[in-house]
Amino acid sequence: MITLNVNGKDHQLDIDPDMPLLYALRNHLELNGAKYGCGLGQCGACTVMVGDKPVFSCLVPAAAASGKTVRTVEGLGSADKPGPLQAAFIDAQAAQCGYCIAGMIMRAQALIETVPHPSDEQIREHMAPNLCRCGTHMRIFSAIKAVVASGVKA
Amino acid sequence: MKRMTLWAVLLIALIGVIVCAVMMWRPSIKPLDTPVTADATKIERGARVVEQGDCAVCHTRPGGAYMAGGLPLVTPFGTLYTTNITPDRDTGIGNWPEEAFVRAMRKGISRDGHFLYPAFPYVHYSRMSNADISDAYAYLMSVDPVQARAPENHMMFPMNFRPLVSFWNLLFLRDDPLVPVAGQSERWNRGRYLVEGAGHCSSCHTPLNFIGGEKSSEHLGGGLVDGWHAPALTGMAQAANPWTPEQLVAYLRGEVAPGHGGAAGPMLPVSLSMAQLPRADAEAVAEYILSLSADKTAPVSSCVAAPPAATKPDQSEGAALFAGACAGCHGGGAPMRTIDGRPGLSVVSAATSDSPRNLIKTILEGIPLSTRAPSHYMPGFADSLDDAHVAALAGYLRSQACAAKPWADLEKTVTTIRHEGESK
Repeated sequence: MITLNVNGKDHQLDIDPDMPLLYALRNHLELNGAKYGCGLGQCGACTVMVGDKPVFSCLVPAAAASGKTVRTVEGLGSADKPGPLQAAFIDAQAAQCGYCIAGMIMRAQALIETVPHPSDEQIREHMAPNLCRCGTHMRIFSAIKAVVASGVKA
Repeated sequence: MKRMTLWAVLLIALIGVIVCAVMMWRPSIKPLDTPVTADATKIERGARVVEQGDCAVCHTRPGGAYMAGGLPLVTPFGTLYTTNITPDRDTGIGNWPEEAFVRAMRKGISRDGHFLYPAFPYVHYSRMSNADISDAYAYLMSVDPVQARAPENHMMFPMNFRPLVSFWNLLFLRDDPLVPVAGQSERWNRGRYLVEGAGHCSSCHTPLNFIGGEKSSEHLGGGLVDGWHAPALTGMAQAANPWTPEQLVAYLRGEVAPGHGGAAGPMLPVSLSMAQLPRADAEAVAEYILSLSADKTAPVSSCVAAPPAATKPDQSEGAALFAGACAGCHGGGAPMRTIDGRPGLSVVSAATSDSPRNLIKTILEGIPLSTRAPSHYMPGFADSLDDAHVAALAGYLRSQACAAKPWADLEKTVTTIRHEGESK
């Protein structure tokens, strides 16, 4: 049994402690925002936050997240009440196919929370590990900039 | 009698003061009135020399302008910041005549006469040829001038008093140029010139003594830099997993070296620099390095890469972690391995070394994406794996590479290395 605190709620899960966090989130907690992309930590579609850090949940053993706070895109808001980053991504029409977006939003969330006024260069560098195959990077970038400019800590 | 003793003491003190003043004072060199220019071929030759010297690796900070300095260098004696060596007249070297540049490279003295800290490897640059130093000057004076002043250094007492460097120089600065060794090939001599001169390999690959000088008795015998173990460059041809010239050239140029790991840590930018240079430079360096035999007294790692041993029960956690987080790239059938012929982790020096340091550093920090040239990449796992997981993983990889000599106290070592990284 391991305990995972996800989006503020504790969950008891009877899983192999080495199960990737992504599988625990998707298959056991039915939080399907984070996506399985490459399974190698090279695309970022599975990005969630553990503590204040963005991590590739496909590479994190569930046991390593136990005792820490896990946050997924579902924790930032809902379709009816999107959080600031989610709203900005909608406004900027940052999603084309949408597969990378949950990961993009969570990586951006970590930046906004830890760096008060990130420069363009810092945003680019921070977001570099996450790939978008459709090529909407400029829209993703402008969505993040909009939230940074609004001063909301999200 | 008493009077005479007093006079003698005073006289000796006076001589001491004069000797110190002579030793610790250097004149300023008159600044240039007008910017210098050089012809394009000289500048082009200089670009190659500057690449050989890896100047940009220290003199460009991440995200900063080319050669504008500002990179913090953490030394046991405090933190210093690299200087701006663009031709900006106020904050760079724009008003330095060539004579001042040559003196800095050969004697470690700034144009205004102050002593430079030996983190700037003038002890090696002093061995370069006049022509190469002159070309390097021409190139540096041709790059875009950038106005940027380096932050104040934070050196500890007494090393915050720069003139003391003169005593250090007395011990460690040899400014005799390298003379080609008769009987060795031209390429070997060229390699030696690059390794001992501009390349300043021994700055990292030779252990330092307590005042930060290289231990000449252990030249190229391996050192520690930025928390990474810089392996010995001696005995590489005779090692348990020996290097061939072709493999070493590939490694030095950031390519896949069959049977060996890729450049990581502080060596990665060095290999990316080498990749910009003609292959002949790497070939010369490889020929020289592979001719260096190991110190007989140095402990030779008896670790021989063996076929993967059966997983012992205490390695099951590490094996599971490897299967989940690593095997996608490092497993036997992984595309990353089959496509380019990358070796399994059981033969890489990070796993066969007596020290777990480089393996742990690589797991924690990964290998950053390079924007300079195509190169290998690995995500860092510092945020994804805790110390116990990294230790289990390292223990498992060690059992695959060198079952006879497990690493002790792994979890504690991981914790230590993780915090070294954080304090930077």
